[in-house]
Amino acid sequence: MSSNKKYWKSVEELNPSQSSAVETLKHKEFVQEIPVDEFLGDKSTLESSETTRRDFLKYVGFSTAAVSLAACEGPVIKSIPYVVQPEQIIPGVANYYATAISNGYDFASLLVKTREGRPIKVESNSLAKANGSINARVQASVLDLYDNQRVAGPTKAGEAITWDAFYSEVGQKLEALKGSGKQVVLLTQTFASPSTSKLISEFQNNYENVSHVVYDAISESAAADAYQAKYGRRGLANYDFAKAKTIVSIGADFLGDWQGGGFDAAYAKGRIPENGTMSRHIQFESNMTLSGANADKRVPLKPSQQKRALARLYGKLTGTSVNVTLPAGIESAVDAAARELSKAGSNGVVLTGIQDVDAQSLVLEINAFLKSKAFDPKTTILTRQGNDAAVVKLVADMNAGKVGAVLMAGVNPAYTLPNATAFVEGLKKTELSVTFSMKNNETASVSEFVAAAPHYLESWGDLETKSGHYGLVQPTIRPLFDTKQFQDVLLTLNGNTSTYHDYIKSFWSSNVLGGASFNDSLHDGVFTASTSVTIDTTETAKISTDVSVAVNNLAQAKSSDFELTLYPKTGMGDGQQANNPWLQEFPDPLTRTTWDNYLTVSAADAKALGFENTNDANGGLDGTYANVAVNGVTVKAPVIIQPGQARGTVGLSFGYGRSAGLKEEMQTGVNAYPLYQNFDTTPSVSIEAVGGKHEFACVQLHNTLMGRGDIIKETTLEIFNTKDAEYWNPTAVVSLNHIETPVSSPDVDLWDEFDRSIGHHFNLSIDLNSCTGCGACVIACHAENNVPVVGKEEIRRSRDMHWLRIDRYYSSDETFEGDNQTKDDIEGLGSSLSTFGEMETPSENPQVAFQPIMCQHCNHAPCETVCPVAASSHGRQGQNHMAYNRCVGTRYCANNCPYKVRRFNWFLYNGNDEFDYHMNNDLGRMVINPDVTVRSRGVMEKCSMCIQMTQKTILDAKRDGRPVDVNGFKTACSSACDSGAIVFGDINNKKDDVTKLKDDERAYHLLEHVGTKPNVVYQVKVRNTKEA
Amino acid sequence: MASHYEAPIRRPLVTGEKSYHDVTLDVVAPVEGKANKQWWIVFSIALAAFGWGLGCMIYTISTGIGTWGLNKTVGWAWDITNFVWWVGIGHAGTLISAVLLLFRQKWRMAINRSAEAMTIFSVIQAGLFPIIHMGRPWLAYWVLPIPNQFGSLWVNFNSPLLWDVFAISTYLSVSLVFWWTGLLPDFAMIRDRAVRPFQKKIYSLLSFGWSGRAKDWQRFEEVSLVLAGLATPLVLSVHTIVSFDFATSVIPGWHTTIFPPYFVAGAIFSGFAMVNTLLIIMRKVCNLEDYITVQHIELMNIVIMITGSIVGVAYITELFIAWYSGVEYEQYAFLNRATGPYWWAYWAMMSCNVFSPQFMWFKKLRTSIMFSFAISIVVNIGMWFERFVIIVTSLHRDYLPSSWTMFSPTFVDIGIFIGTIGFFFVLFLLYSRTFPVIAQAEVKTILKSSGQRYKNIREAGDSLVGTGSDERTSKKPKATRKPNKKKD
Repeated sequence: MSSNKKYWKSVEELNPSQSSAVETLKHKEFVQEIPVDEFLGDKSTLESSETTRRDFLKYVGFSTAAVSLAACEGPVIKSIPYVVQPEQIIPGVANYYATAISNGYDFASLLVKTREGRPIKVESNSLAKANGSINARVQASVLDLYDNQRVAGPTKAGEAITWDAFYSEVGQKLEALKGSGKQVVLLTQTFASPSTSKLISEFQNNYENVSHVVYDAISESAAADAYQAKYGRRGLANYDFAKAKTIVSIGADFLGDWQGGGFDAAYAKGRIPENGTMSRHIQFESNMTLSGANADKRVPLKPSQQKRALARLYGKLTGTSVNVTLPAGIESAVDAAARELSKAGSNGVVLTGIQDVDAQSLVLEINAFLKSKAFDPKTTILTRQGNDAAVVKLVADMNAGKVGAVLMAGVNPAYTLPNATAFVEGLKKTELSVTFSMKNNETASVSEFVAAAPHYLESWGDLETKSGHYGLVQPTIRPLFDTKQFQDVLLTLNGNTSTYHDYIKSFWSSNVLGGASFNDSLHDGVFTASTSVTIDTTETAKISTDVSVAVNNLAQAKSSDFELTLYPKTGMGDGQQANNPWLQEFPDPLTRTTWDNYLTVSAADAKALGFENTNDANGGLDGTYANVAVNGVTVKAPVIIQPGQARGTVGLSFGYGRSAGLKEEMQTGVNAYPLYQNFDTTPSVSIEAVGGKHEFACVQLHNTLMGRGDIIKETTLEIFNTKDAEYWNPTAVVSLNHIETPVSSPDVDLWDEFDRSIGHHFNLSIDLNSCTGCGACVIACHAENNVPVVGKEEIRRSRDMHWLRIDRYYSSDETFEGDNQTKDDIEGLGSSLSTFGEMETPSENPQVAFQPIMCQHCNHAPCETVCPVAASSHGRQGQNHMAYNRCVGTRYCANNCPYKVRRFNWFLYNGNDEFDYHMNNDLGRMVINPDVTVRSRGVMEKCSMCIQMTQKTILDAKRDGRPVDVNGFKTACSSACDSGAIVFGDINNKKDDVTKLKDDERAYHLLEHVGTKPNVVYQVKVRNTKEA
Repeated sequence: MASHYEAPIRRPLVTGEKSYHDVTLDVVAPVEGKANKQWWIVFSIALAAFGWGLGCMIYTISTGIGTWGLNKTVGWAWDITNFVWWVGIGHAGTLISAVLLLFRQKWRMAINRSAEAMTIFSVIQAGLFPIIHMGRPWLAYWVLPIPNQFGSLWVNFNSPLLWDVFAISTYLSVSLVFWWTGLLPDFAMIRDRAVRPFQKKIYSLLSFGWSGRAKDWQRFEEVSLVLAGLATPLVLSVHTIVSFDFATSVIPGWHTTIFPPYFVAGAIFSGFAMVNTLLIIMRKVCNLEDYITVQHIELMNIVIMITGSIVGVAYITELFIAWYSGVEYEQYAFLNRATGPYWWAYWAMMSCNVFSPQFMWFKKLRTSIMFSFAISIVVNIGMWFERFVIIVTSLHRDYLPSSWTMFSPTFVDIGIFIGTIGFFFVLFLLYSRTFPVIAQAEVKTILKSSGQRYKNIREAGDSLVGTGSDERTSKKPKATRKPNKKKD
């Protein structure tokens, strides 16, 4: 039944007859009349309106689409603003802090660049008068801070614990050991830190039976012993090679890491020919080293022969008769060196790298005898304090159960000790083992406690690298992880509640500063005092060595068929930075091989033993394997045939073959430490070929210069002094109407010259004489310009991304001059066919030349004309620009670059799991320089002459309303070059150094005849080949 | 009879005593008939190869050029080798249809349609490479001078790569127009014969409403002549410009003024070889032996022999100039080509391109179909190696020995090349089933270019009356007007 009820809203509705209003409204949608006519009626308004109906619909459509898109999840970018803006952190403006590195292997005062609170680059502290070397490893050390394999907090047996638990457990155990008669051992790196020494002595007072064993992975113990015996202080002799005119080195790679390194800058000063003279450098060595490569004369010989040669040298110099047997060639070379040294007198200096107290004592005697100016007996280098005997005794004690606790800091003995297994066994017998470590490395993984240690850029500290030369370490970032440094833990264990910072401050005020301001020293990062306070190196009794016994011992050094020389590789040092992708991908200056170590063998021995190096179809270098055995310990290593390697010797580098605390990609090479028995770097070995094929990743596959003398122009000092520059540095000419015209002449130019005299015009000068090939600039360039790491496989395919590389060439003849001659002597086709083939093989003891190459910033750049989209174009300031955004990636520019400096992004190198290096994790990406674009895949990249740095300099000057300072412009490479080989500046500023260098007699452009007019100039290499 | 001089009679260009209708039937047979098993097999293989290549291209574009074997020193290898190879192959079509048209070489009529199809299909393959070889191919349109929102950014008119863009696109469009113009009467023929409505519709569209009126024919002839005039310089310009990619560079072995003529000769050489390869198969498969005769093959072999020799002279000139220049980098570049690590590529090129065509001096060999086929393959291999030698051996050892390295292709390099071959054959096989593969309208004009048949009839003592007429039309009473061959 339906209802008849009617619902109504008004009376009118109830009684519709009474009102028509309801009826009318019923038929209307809107109560009021829509004023349609008002806005549609006036045609003229409609026509003048901006918005048409179609536009309106477009807007509606767009807004709908935009609203629906906005509903999708956007990318999450984690950026947390400061709650309280720190006064000194201005986004976009870098802050610099002076600090220092002292990781037990490298010691140097640094200036650290931080951006928005992140340290992103380390540079040399120019205030430091006696600085260590800012080498490639130090340059790369900033990346170690952002290593995502770091230990995030203290652990016990692998389980995370709190620091409170750590202190109470460790403290209890140490207390329990009191009175047990067992030793408590602090096994540490060389700290060279006065305050740490004091702290350790306080620790020794607080606990019983505490001994402090200093351990250097690569020991200089023999040198320190010899120095201690003669001068009464434990340390190493200090040399200043700028003061030496004749340098004779017997097995000392003093341009490498010999005795802590850092001698190259002074050496380089003496290598620039001025007033007709430059230093003369004679090198006797087994492996080809950086020093040998830079030497004017290089004599390859066995380590045992080095000892005998040293004995003979001593005999000849002092006129004592020493009876040694040496091959005739070496004998005459030693005699010649002795004659030159005698002539040089106090301008001469002799060095040795032989790890033998006799040899080291003898060298100190010789330098004292010569009264060598380069040798400064007053200052002592304190960066190697390790004592081999103490370490050997410690391992024995541990295994004998005499050691109750071992606290280790800055060392990794389970990896670096030759008898690592004995050490690990011994460690198990201790009641307490603590490792202060940034990584879960070999030692940390066998220690009971791992005390998460901070990186040096998160730490406080001090150091005294040379007596009287102090440095301060200050944190440049808050600790990224829950870490405590060794010294802080010692303070707590000592019951001292102050922080290490306060401790240093009070220690310095009372012991070091002598009234000077601590804050000023902290600002400067360095402090120089007249006295030394280092506790470790208090005077000990001088022991006079019997020289004749030493000479006799050396003269009777026994040779064996094969002698191994263990050495640290430039990029890897003792191996503590093995998880650093920059260093893994750093090409060794000599072999130019990355991601590996290898056995270096001479060509003759390789042939006799059946080793070979071959090239794969894609060019990749392959090598066969060798078994290297020392006293029954065998290591299987791949072989590289090394020109200049003395016959009967082989070389193998430390620092590789790490197995714990690093990514799988970084577990490269073989561990050479097991062969380092009794800390002997030159043991007798037996070698056998075991076949197989090892794939190397080498960035330079062709080793000789093929007689192309115009690439590396060089001459001898004699010719340089006597002949016109045109003779030894001829201008490139081309034929114009059968008249030889300089290639720089406008008459032979295809293009109109721009006026480049206004504004800045940047040039870069590279002195081939002072460049030692150390490669610090290569890593500096990586850090500054966010150069990606591509990994071993890609390097092997010749796809390295290095913007700056240091080419290394071996001569095929005895000399490069000989190569040029050979090429010029080619007559006819038959001879050229065979001769060019022969020139591909380096000589057995070649001359070596280094040539840093980056984009030459050609004023007439071949790359610029060929780019279809003009992504490569020339700047007003001389730079050849690369607009990454515009690049479509045809690679035509790279093909047409005569210098082959352009690098293509074959893959996406950042945020790509295939390339799991620092750019693939948030922590690692913190090192990225925000001023430089991170390139995406498919674009070309190359050296920009650090345009972000030059622009910064210009803008700073502009803001201050002043002209740019003289020599105010820098690039990453020029500021990284301690040797001063790379000089950057503005040639429109007559006072800039580079302006003079550009017009120097020695200046030449690379491949000038091509007509590219580069803005990079090289200085002719001068060799001091004539016997003085 | 032999009392007076008898002018030699031309060799017939079409054999088998074809009537106009026979021509129609022969040409239309593949279009109207069903594909046989062999066609399907070959088509499947080509499609599979194309699919594989497509996969490799997608892999390249999604992952990066790093999937190829290139490196810091050798920035181009198979990509540009394939590009130049395919462009080179494309040259024969235009040469045959344009240059030979201007020279009134009527033998071209049997082969120009397919030769030009080959041109277009190979230029399509060639055009793929400049795009996929880019690091960021999605930005390929940046090489076009189009107004854009990037401010005043414009292309770099100095770059030979940009000239390439213009040269190739012009060439492709002119070739396509020329080809299509020639196709109009033939499409119309198929349209008129078509019985299925769908087919009729399609061919009506393709034939652009061709009616066969005299005015159509007049315009057809005029347009053909104008396009031939336009296309002729293109034959020279395209490969000249491609050669500029190398000639204007500073790399020893690339920086060579001889490149333009050398490249053009090489292109015609490889193009004719490819025409031979394709047509020797096609005449067999499509029963076109009467149209594409041994005479055609012989003439093409002669062109191959001449251009091969020109190329050979160019090779030797290069070597001579390298020595004569006295430039050590130049000298080493060429010495390295012949005796360096890639000596095998150089000698493969030499033997395929310079030595093998010399066999064509022998009439017996150049009229042998199997031998011609073999040589045509050899020549195309040789020409591929020529480009490989020029590109890779010049780059892998240039100025600074420190950067010297080697190149080795990856499966992606090889896959993409095979893919383009597959794509080419997919297109060509589809074409052969749907297009009139012989320009039948033109061929009909040369059916009676030889008087040999009439001579034979006369010599047999028969009457010549009525022998020139078409059987079907002449039987009709009161055949007052000539049969309209176009309507057949």
